[in-house]
Amino acid sequence: MLAQVIFYALAALTVGSAGLVAFSRNIVYSAFALLGAFMGIVGIYILLAADFVAMVQLLVYVGGILVLTIFAVMLTAGIGDVKVSNRAVGTGPAIVVAGVAAIVMLYAVMRTQWHQAAAITPAPTTYAIGNAFLGDYVLPFEVASLVLLAALIGAIVISRHEVRE
Amino acid sequence: MGGGITLNHFLVLSLIIFSLGLFTVLTRRNAIGILMGVELILNSANINYLAFAFYGGGKYDGQIFAIFVIMLAAAEAVIGLAVVLAIYQNFKTIDVDAAETLRG
Repeated sequence: MLAQVIFYALAALTVGSAGLVAFSRNIVYSAFALLGAFMGIVGIYILLAADFVAMVQLLVYVGGILVLTIFAVMLTAGIGDVKVSNRAVGTGPAIVVAGVAAIVMLYAVMRTQWHQAAAITPAPTTYAIGNAFLGDYVLPFEVASLVLLAALIGAIVISRHEVRE
Repeated sequence: MGGGITLNHFLVLSLIIFSLGLFTVLTRRNAIGILMGVELILNSANINYLAFAFYGGGKYDGQIFAIFVIMLAAAEAVIGLAVVLAIYQNFKTIDVDAAETLRG
């Protein structure tokens, strides 16, 4: 019962914030609404017994990506002038596309008989995740460091001011 | 989990967030707005990963994939926003329709 209340509260927070992101006419409101969506998702992760992933989400999304997004919104002045609607895809067709996608997925979710194991009791996951990263997943883990390095260098190269002699 | 919350609850929540993200990507002209939609879509995928990990017997593979998705989302946001700022410096706008000089 308590879990249900918590789930629906988190879901309401997440969906409401995501709706604000999608439908707000002001990009600044969208950026700040993203905070609510990410926080709600952190709660959902904790509900799913993924404590480490929840903390990573908090650090990387809320502490990193969101701050970066708000930074970019603030740095690009005159941002309110940009029209919300896209010439190629208006609001109507977009609602149709997103709605059809949602209905198809809902149909698939409801129709499928998902295999469900017995409910697990939440336990700290950090130890197992650390072992997996240095065991089964060591190659993807190392490739991930390369990707991050490439992203770091790429961002510097793209955004620096070039001073010509 | 008790309390009658099933896998379907999380899947439906995730598909709602996915649809809102898809809507955001389709309707925004503002490049940062499009990136926000992409973040919502990635988060919905992560909810699915963790839900399946939780209801699939508590294996950790789903959580590890979620961490990789978060990592790639961070890289994507860094590069995307750097590109947006570079476009803004050159075009004084981040309307994606305006920055079309590469179009053939």
